[in-house]
Amino acid sequence: MTQQALIALMPFLAVAGTSVVVMLAIAVRRDHTLCAGLAVAGLLVALALIPAAGSEGAVQVTRLLVIDSYALFFAGLLIAAALLTVLLSSGYLAQEGTSQPEEYYVLLLLATGGAMVLTAANSFASFFLGLELLTVSLYGLIAYVREDVRCLEAGVKYLVLAAASSAFLLFGMALVYAQTGTMEFGPLAKKFVTAAGDLGPLWLTGLAMMVVGIGFKLAVVPFHLWTPDVYEGAPPPVAGFVASVSKGGVVAFLLRFVTMAHLPEVRPVWVLLAAIAVASMYIGNLLALLQRNVKRILAYSSIAHLGYLLVAVLASGAHAPTAATVYLTAYITTILGAFGVVGMLAGGAFSPAVMIDDFRGLFWRRPWPASVLTICLLSLIGMPSTAGYIGKFYVLAAGVESDLWFLVISLVIGSGIGLYYYLQIIIALFASPQQADEEREAEIDESSAEGRPPVRLTTHVGLACLAVLLTFVGVWPTPLLELVAPTPSVWQTREQSAPVPRPLHGLRGRSVPSRWDTTLSTAASFGPRRRTE
Amino acid sequence: MVLLWIIILFFLGGLLAWWSERWGHAWPRWISLLVTGGHMVLLLVLWGQHVQQIELTHGGPWLVEYNLPWIPQLGIGITLAMDGLSLLLIVLSNLLAIMAVGCSWVAIKRHVGFFHFNLLAILAALAGIFLAADLFLFFVFWELLLIPLYFLIVIWGHEHRVAAAIKFFIYTQSSGLFMLLGILGLYFLHGRSTGVYTFDFRELIGTPMPESTAWWLMLGFFFAFAVKLPVVPLHNWLPDAHTEAPTAGSVDLAGLVLKVGAYGMIRFVVVLFPRAALAFAPVAMWLGVVGIIYGALVAFGQTHLKRLVAYTSISHMGFVLLGIFAFNELALQGAVMVMLSHAISTSALFILVGDLYERVHTRDIREMGGLWSAIPRMGGTGMVFALASLGLPGMGNFVGEFLVLLGAYKVNPAATAVATVGFIVSTVYSLWIIQKVFHGAQQREWNIPDITGREATIMAAMTAIILWMGLFPQRILSTASRALEDLRTNVESSRSVVAVDPVPESPNVASSAGTAAMKDER
Repeated sequence: MTQQALIALMPFLAVAGTSVVVMLAIAVRRDHTLCAGLAVAGLLVALALIPAAGSEGAVQVTRLLVIDSYALFFAGLLIAAALLTVLLSSGYLAQEGTSQPEEYYVLLLLATGGAMVLTAANSFASFFLGLELLTVSLYGLIAYVREDVRCLEAGVKYLVLAAASSAFLLFGMALVYAQTGTMEFGPLAKKFVTAAGDLGPLWLTGLAMMVVGIGFKLAVVPFHLWTPDVYEGAPPPVAGFVASVSKGGVVAFLLRFVTMAHLPEVRPVWVLLAAIAVASMYIGNLLALLQRNVKRILAYSSIAHLGYLLVAVLASGAHAPTAATVYLTAYITTILGAFGVVGMLAGGAFSPAVMIDDFRGLFWRRPWPASVLTICLLSLIGMPSTAGYIGKFYVLAAGVESDLWFLVISLVIGSGIGLYYYLQIIIALFASPQQADEEREAEIDESSAEGRPPVRLTTHVGLACLAVLLTFVGVWPTPLLELVAPTPSVWQTREQSAPVPRPLHGLRGRSVPSRWDTTLSTAASFGPRRRTE
Repeated sequence: MVLLWIIILFFLGGLLAWWSERWGHAWPRWISLLVTGGHMVLLLVLWGQHVQQIELTHGGPWLVEYNLPWIPQLGIGITLAMDGLSLLLIVLSNLLAIMAVGCSWVAIKRHVGFFHFNLLAILAALAGIFLAADLFLFFVFWELLLIPLYFLIVIWGHEHRVAAAIKFFIYTQSSGLFMLLGILGLYFLHGRSTGVYTFDFRELIGTPMPESTAWWLMLGFFFAFAVKLPVVPLHNWLPDAHTEAPTAGSVDLAGLVLKVGAYGMIRFVVVLFPRAALAFAPVAMWLGVVGIIYGALVAFGQTHLKRLVAYTSISHMGFVLLGIFAFNELALQGAVMVMLSHAISTSALFILVGDLYERVHTRDIREMGGLWSAIPRMGGTGMVFALASLGLPGMGNFVGEFLVLLGAYKVNPAATAVATVGFIVSTVYSLWIIQKVFHGAQQREWNIPDITGREATIMAAMTAIILWMGLFPQRILSTASRALEDLRTNVESSRSVVAVDPVPESPNVASSAGTAAMKDER
């Protein structure tokens, strides 16, 4: 391994190293604050190392990983999300009085490391390693509050379904490997491009099984059945982590793989993914309408949001990769905030607020968490001045650019349906507290004064960061776009096929606008897809 | 810069009003009054400064402009521009905001600070809508307008407020997304054909596009504006939202939010897609006529006073739609006049209903009756605005509706003839209000105070304005004329293009071509 590769790998090593350090620290002395502090410090170091790692350009580290600006952007995003999760969960664990909360951080760091490997995976082998590292750590995290039966139930459910989906994925990859004889994405993509016109049944079966496996991880319809139960049972910060870091890593892989292998050009795969996207939008939103439990609503809404995100993955215009990235960033920030507030209210000085009615009049009693939750919900709706709007705008733009009118209109209708349940929560937050509520509140205040510790400062810091980020990105997205814009350019070098105009999926031939050539240099390789005959 | 400050100061004033709640309940009210009053002075000074440019048509059509890059990656800028039309509408919103603060002086007792924050946030969003020259920015303000309005209905509304607020939000937000699709479609079309990717709508004017594409994009815009206006099949949210909103909310909804729809039609639909709009005009005009008649008839059938007034809005906005799509100077000027005078007269009626409710604690017309003898002065003011609403000469509404009919007659005599029936029905429902509420046998022994000084001041101001608009409409007409003139020439030029075009559906004389175009569409 060269020095260059080592530098590029630094953020990954920092996260992995921190988990070891935390483990050793536990062996020396059990101290919750110390472990949380070490985790925060390690993640901060990893975040600080990213610019240095990026200074080398795209670096191939062994045949398994490629550390390019795309991987580093997502790695940074995931590290930041993990950092906020640590802040939010340390407060939650302390409030809940979980016994032995220290190992939580080891698992969290390992899961983050796994997700980061996904962003840099350049081969099926590293992809599967990263995924398993992530998933196995999540089994532990989801069931971490062992005193709670529902928590354990959620953990077992996730274990069974995630293991099954991993098996699907593995089988699918094996089939693809059997056809191509390689597990590296570069050669694999070349084989795909060569054979794109007529993929044999084995090939398609392999791809379909991979879609099943990835669909489980992303919780898109029809592989979404575990989501509401797991989100409901898991500790809220972990649910936020599953929705943000775990899905973020998988999306990063998916985006890279789909783009490199030009999967949207394979008609059956494109149709399959489009059907999944549309089904997720409608079914996710419609099922959320039936829920009264806020955690379950967020679970179903996350299904719908992944459906929206798939539109950007399926689009092939100049904006598509940026759109997916921006959308994912906005969604991660939002969902972390939403689950952060739920976690803050679920434990400690508050009543265990999970049903919509528990939130009634919260704004007038506790303006701070209610405001953060309102911002998060507005962001999920996609209202301007929140990050969610920028994400939705980009996804719509990418869809319109590629003339995916059916998907785009489904998205609009789906989010129209979604308004109803988000507004239900906002209405509850701002409803005038009734007499009974006030009495109950007084009761809770008394009982909480006796036992449970107050909300920790870290929770407030985490929520404040998220709220500021959400509004900042919503009002002034330029810095984020500058970070995102150049990421996909690394793929351009991988483009090795002869230029032939692509005739597939209803895209009319068109030239890529000149102005984008400079700003989004990959556009060319993305826009009109090329392949050899 | 002054344009940006108009928006920012409204918002900051709102924050200050919210904050000041901790010093006492009177503070937010006075601060809001001060902010809106200060803005009024500012706007009138601005109007005075540019009176030359407006009336003598010196310089370009834009009086003041402001430009700041915002998201350069996509060609989005904070581009604000003001012409006569936007000036009129901002002055109107400001005026109604003062009235809204005044009419909720005693009615709002809970969460006073947050209430006034929402009122001023609505104004900030409205000012943004009327000033934005960048479609992205316009859409941002368009959506932002919903949030404070939604809170206004959901927190301070009446019994069925939750359902009404959700309905209002879903209708307007999802229709807005269709407009966003239209905006994006236009953006990419323009970028592909010219290489310049921008959301500045003045650059997007005249984007070459195929007829069918223009048609779909135009429908996307039209859909969003039609929901806000509202055009009849899409009006379902309006009666509920108006009925359940607090008085100030109804004033803002009727006076301002509906105007946003009309403004959007004038500013964007017609200008960006002149040919598609021209082909669509007969449909739109008939939709307007349906609105006029339907709104008036349904209003007549109501027993809930606030609902009745809400339905009259639908009827009046039908005139606006009819006027806009007639595409001639008279009708367009009439449409603007109807927008302004309807805002004043309907808001006054809503305020009156609010004042009545504070006294008799019902909005059911059947439980009122014989109020004149108990509160004669209030009855008198009610009479004034009922007459204004039915279009009595001398009031603003008459001028507007008359001009619309005059202009529309040249283009589509059949539709105009039917629309005239609306006048009769509106007379019936207006007199019906007076008859049922103020005259007749007393339902109960009313023992209620007559109009107070505060209420009288509001009503006097509104009366003066509506009379001024009716008697001296020239100032308003000439302020708006410049903006409308450009629009009309734009449409005219595209009409001549159509005339040269070999495509058979060319509507040179829109009256006969109107029906032809409709057939072609099918």
